[in-house]
Amino acid sequence: MSAHEFHSALVPPQGIWWQPAHRQEKTWIAIAFAWCLVLFAMMPLWHFRGGQNPAGIRYRVKPDDYVARVERFVTDYKVGEESGIPVVAPPPGADVYLLGRMWQWYPALKLQKGVHYTLHLSSQDVNHGFSLYPVNLNFQVVPGYDYGLRVVPNRAGDFRIICNEFCGIGHHLMVGKVLVEDAPAAAGGRP
Amino acid sequence: MTTALSSIAARFRTCPVTGLQVNRDSEWLLRANAVIAVVAMLVGALAAIGLVLTRWQTIHLLPADLYYRFLTAHGLNMLIFWVIFFEMAVLYFAGPIVLNCRQPAPRLGWFAFGLMVVGAVMVDTMVFTGRADVLFTSYPPLRADSNYYLGVILFAVGALIAVSLFFASLVVAKRERTYTGSMPLVTFGALTAAVIAVITLLHGAAVYIPTWLWSMNIGNIDPEIYRMVWWGLGHSSQQINVAAMVSVWYLLGGLTVGGVVVNEKVSRTAFVLYVLFISMASAHHLLVDPGVGPAWKIWNTSYAMYLAVLASMIHGFTVPAGIEAGQRLRGYTNGLFEWLRKAPWSDPGFAGLWLSLVIFGFLGGITGVTLGTEQINILAHNTLRVPGHFHATVVGGTTLSFMGVTYYVLPLLFRKRVAFWRMAKIQPYVFGGGISAMAIGMILMGILGMPRRHWDSSFAGAPFPVEIHPAAELLQVLFGVGGLLAATGALMFIAIAVATVFFGKPVTAEALASGASGIPQGVLKLPPQSYEGPPAEALHKSGVRGTVVLVAVFFVCFIVYYFTNWAMLSFLWKVG
Ligand code: HEM
Ligand SMILES: [Cu+2]
Repeated sequence: MSAHEFHSALVPPQGIWWQPAHRQEKTWIAIAFAWCLVLFAMMPLWHFRGGQNPAGIRYRVKPDDYVARVERFVTDYKVGEESGIPVVAPPPGADVYLLGRMWQWYPALKLQKGVHYTLHLSSQDVNHGFSLYPVNLNFQVVPGYDYGLRVVPNRAGDFRIICNEFCGIGHHLMVGKVLVEDAPAAAGGRP
Repeated sequence: MTTALSSIAARFRTCPVTGLQVNRDSEWLLRANAVIAVVAMLVGALAAIGLVLTRWQTIHLLPADLYYRFLTAHGLNMLIFWVIFFEMAVLYFAGPIVLNCRQPAPRLGWFAFGLMVVGAVMVDTMVFTGRADVLFTSYPPLRADSNYYLGVILFAVGALIAVSLFFASLVVAKRERTYTGSMPLVTFGALTAAVIAVITLLHGAAVYIPTWLWSMNIGNIDPEIYRMVWWGLGHSSQQINVAAMVSVWYLLGGLTVGGVVVNEKVSRTAFVLYVLFISMASAHHLLVDPGVGPAWKIWNTSYAMYLAVLASMIHGFTVPAGIEAGQRLRGYTNGLFEWLRKAPWSDPGFAGLWLSLVIFGFLGGITGVTLGTEQINILAHNTLRVPGHFHATVVGGTTLSFMGVTYYVLPLLFRKRVAFWRMAKIQPYVFGGGISAMAIGMILMGILGMPRRHWDSSFAGAPFPVEIHPAAELLQVLFGVGGLLAATGALMFIAIAVATVFFGKPVTAEALASGASGIPQGVLKLPPQSYEGPPAEALHKSGVRGTVVLVAVFFVCFIVYYFTNWAMLSFLWKVG
């Protein structure tokens, strides 16, 4: 057994410092490493087993083309207007196009509970932040990119979309609306 | 020959406390960088008061344009100028001063410093004159005045030169044999910080130069690619902060309580892990972005299976273990925690060290790993949880450790007795307590969905009314009081630092001998820096049981918080 010597981090170690670690240290490192593997494994696992993933359909889109697509979506399914913003009720399974722009979420949506939609998000101008409130579902909205997420609302209610990415001086005015209603019992999908 | 030798000798002085040969050039460079760092903190802290008083809805002080402008100024002056100027000071310390060598190319050091100051002044001028209301991330197509980007570039070039002088000092010290054996751990840690800084600054060049050109209508910038490369700068630079902070932890452990390096191999390997996976951290900011797919996100966000997290968890053991070991070697061997109970709690160097360690680990680390999980980020992206997390890392962690080490830098390198000593003793508690309360308030508000970077928490004037959770209104008080306390702590620190540097009484031999106020206990009587013989053998047998208990508690908190978040996620809408 060699004698043990300890020094502070200010002292240059002499000789070979590549020495075996103490048992306590080794144990902690083993535990920490195992934990890191758990942290890692959880993410692919949730893709297979979990219901909430940010994968989506992702492709590039010209902002003008996206705006045109949103307009078509609005004309197709518009059911009313609120605060000057069209309210749109797409059928179950539909592609829903939501536009972020300074400083508005366009249009307002009327969805049904327990039904799936493909929710497309993009921006006409700068980055915005889609934050469904108070559900707390958050996605980055980037101009030039279409982010299509399959969503299933699991609760009826009157929700808000808050912008949580800074987008200029009117950023805090950028509040949109999503109304989720219980699915009509016998209507069977088609309006 | 003799005149050359004596002129070199005149550039050095022998530190009466540590015995180090301190060269005057490095000392002055260190002082200049540290002073400007504190000035930047003053600007940042004043802006912070405006931010806290605005987001605290009952007060709602600033108009919208000023809130966003102050937010830009706060991010830049704190995260970039305060932290990086201070890190330059750390490099001048860990290089030439710890290694007892001369300062290589001192003039170039002053040139680098000048560039950084000019860059910082340009940036602040643009921000405060309203020509750069883009927040510190400046995501295109938001656009600032081109001089804003130019200022950032000048600052970064200056920093890059200063970092290269640190590398040069390692070469000089080795060649001129100013130390024997391997470089000390503090220097090794600083070296990893410096390597990361180079990688980071290259990302910075890759993003700011094209953006600068674009701001003059030359070329195009893709908003998503900008985000990816910008965060290669923005997040990797946080790893500089972590590496620098951990080096400061080791340094303060040695200076305050004779803390030791329990195992050089383990600590050094952990530092190397920080370097290896650094560029990947950009992914933390793109987890819910449309530009990249899940495989890329998972691999990168985890730094290739969380090996950088492993590194922090290792330091999270070895740093308190080193402190415990130092205390046990100095005779505090009773029970599990005598070493901690009898620690020098009224030494602001030690208090800063310990609070920084605890806040960084428990508040910052656990929340950070959780936020950086691909799916959990859906719950948290751009909510107040994010600034809640990083005020626990880079403020409660890095900034507080830098404050702690300042209480040793002032007497050792400025050779002044710390002014307002009674205030200094409580300053780390005020700052650490305040920032923790504010961070917890932010994290909980974020869990309730409150956005970051948002002027109006009442959403008045929006087309649809927003109902705020009553708990969020209560949490605003925690946030507001904590934030004001933290700002007070920062101002206390600034007052102490400025008064000491410009009006402090000198540290004289008599002052040291008589235990005058304004000199921390580790400077009055430097604890032993190396140990052998029976106490060392006894320590090897007993180990560091107190630390084992502490990390066990930490681990349980981590598991609980992490899986609670998965549970919360599972209640959301199905999305994919
Ligand atoms: C002195 C005590 C401090 C207080 C009271 C404070 C408070 C705040 C507040 C209220 C915000 C705004 C959050 C929001 O509205 O989104 C903020 C943002 C921020 N703070 Fe601090 N802070 C302090 C110190 C620091 C320090 C020392 C740093 C860096 C080392 C820092 C870095 C940042 C950054 C990077 C942001 C985000 C800016 C942005 O979103 O663009 N803070 N802080
Ligand atoms: Cu917006």
